[in-house]
Amino acid sequence: MSASVARFEMKPTRFGYSEALLALGREDDRIVVLDADLAKSTTTERFKERFPGRFFDMGIAEQNMLGMAAGLSLAGFVPFVSTYGVFLSGRAWDQIRTTISYGGLNVKLGGAHGGLSVGPDGATHQALEEITLTRVLPGMTVLVPADYQETIKATRAAAAVKGPVYIRFGRAPVPMVTRPEDPFMIGKANTYREGGDITIISTGAMLAPALRAADNLASRGIQARVLNMHTIKPLDVDAVVRAAKETGGLVTVEEHQINGGLGGAVAECLVENFPAPMERVGIRDTFGESGEPDELQESYGLTAEEIEAAARRVIERKGPR
Amino acid sequence: MKPLRMKITGSGNGIESKNAVEGSSPAIPELEKTARKIRRLILTMIHAAGSGHPGGSLSACELAVALYFGVLRHDPRNPSWEGRDYVLFSKGHVAPLQYACLAHAGYFDESHLKTLRKLGSILQGHPNMHKTPGVEVSSGSLGQGLSVACGLGAGLKIQKAQNRVYCILGDGELQEGQVWEAAMSAAHFKLDNLCAMVDANGVQLDGPVADIMGVEPLVDKWRAFGWHVIEIDGHDFNRILAAYGEAEKTAGKPTAIIARTVKGKGVSFMENRAEWHGKAPNDEELRAALAELEGGAAR
Repeated sequence: MSASVARFEMKPTRFGYSEALLALGREDDRIVVLDADLAKSTTTERFKERFPGRFFDMGIAEQNMLGMAAGLSLAGFVPFVSTYGVFLSGRAWDQIRTTISYGGLNVKLGGAHGGLSVGPDGATHQALEEITLTRVLPGMTVLVPADYQETIKATRAAAAVKGPVYIRFGRAPVPMVTRPEDPFMIGKANTYREGGDITIISTGAMLAPALRAADNLASRGIQARVLNMHTIKPLDVDAVVRAAKETGGLVTVEEHQINGGLGGAVAECLVENFPAPMERVGIRDTFGESGEPDELQESYGLTAEEIEAAARRVIERKGPR
Repeated sequence: MKPLRMKITGSGNGIESKNAVEGSSPAIPELEKTARKIRRLILTMIHAAGSGHPGGSLSACELAVALYFGVLRHDPRNPSWEGRDYVLFSKGHVAPLQYACLAHAGYFDESHLKTLRKLGSILQGHPNMHKTPGVEVSSGSLGQGLSVACGLGAGLKIQKAQNRVYCILGDGELQEGQVWEAAMSAAHFKLDNLCAMVDANGVQLDGPVADIMGVEPLVDKWRAFGWHVIEIDGHDFNRILAAYGEAEKTAGKPTAIIARTVKGKGVSFMENRAEWHGKAPNDEELRAALAELEGGAAR
């Protein structure tokens, strides 16, 4: 796969989530959807309109919503639970842990408004810790699709596997970098650019700035490999280790805390398998604030320029070849 | 059409469950005999484990015995039988009570009971749905079971199935806010296939519920949340069976049975004592407790 970074159509990933739910709802009457008074925002309202008998608005009560989903799964349904990721992963974490994950229940968690994408609402509503909170749970699968198309695929893939899955998507429109024909296999990273000098591993909507950074590096004679790590758990250990062996250094990029997120997961993998110089681009142990999503990304260093600078530092640390 | 109630096929007493809800009184002396045996099993297994929760296991004993041996449609030989009624122990720490009932009903051999809480046992300290036949959902973190029961109830409604869902809660557990979220939703979704039983023994780990964090008035609270409420003596099988029957006949809303019970019921030195919430009897205490239970048996 290769992708030019010139111009991409923009679309919010949350639209991909509800698009997939509509299709799944048509194909499989075991699909039920729950929301916590945010159906307009998460866009699950579309499912409610089409399948009112299989939609539950649980009101502003996340803990009960997760338990209710657990019960529905025990009755044989495949529940998709949707609300803002910050409330889903944080407010109902024990319900996700003890009732759902410990039971290995077939409940799908749709975490909307991931990262800084909720913008002006500010730090309380910006989800920057969900990857950490969910990937630590035994048996949990964690998906962070890059764009609209990939969110459709991730949502469908979540329905197709048995067991709990967390899917992270966002509010603001993001570049549609992936193509409908690109494969999506849980646990298998997609390579969007080949290169031997360094590897940039992005997750979620950071794929676009990662590709831009790679283009900038190429214009200076540095060839960067770009991996789209749409699955945080199970991590594609082979792709990470191969990248370390073949390119000698890595940069991770995420709209999430670097502690415990993609950066944490990749660092753990490298330390155990093939230690290599690495930098983590992401939110550096701080809360967000109000602002437009693109302003916030600029302000918190989630830009092609920062990725490029991090890549140069890693190459420096690799030493003379 | 309703699935037939299954005859208990295990080492149990062979009560035809259907009698319970169809008016003609089931054999109360049989249920009382079973309750005495369940109490013995509870105390013996907690003693063998060296830890566990006797107080609440003893207080909810009649509620559970009436359910498993007088009311429930289930097949212990086929725990995942589609027509079964569901029993959820939201107060997961009374696992010994559930395990004793399941073993006596024939879900697994009674010899497992002595492995409670031991490494490799099918009987975890708190219920695990994958290790123990007959456990519908893993529980132990309080306040979550009623939400799961709501999901089951709502799912069964979509399927137009006749199975019923029973959920045992503690009164201390009602301090968890999630219980009231669930209570709200059960009434909102008109889950009349759901019956919640509150084992109101009035004592929690740190002391009397009224002193720690009062939860009364329970009847008014549940009624205000839109439930049909029945308050009973939770050790009187006649009242318990009548309440389960009334719950099944109640349409359009879920039923809460507020069962007034005695923590540690049946063992005088454990009754109403918070210290016996989560403590195992030693050899001497076990002997005394079993002797007292034997003495209470009409032989």
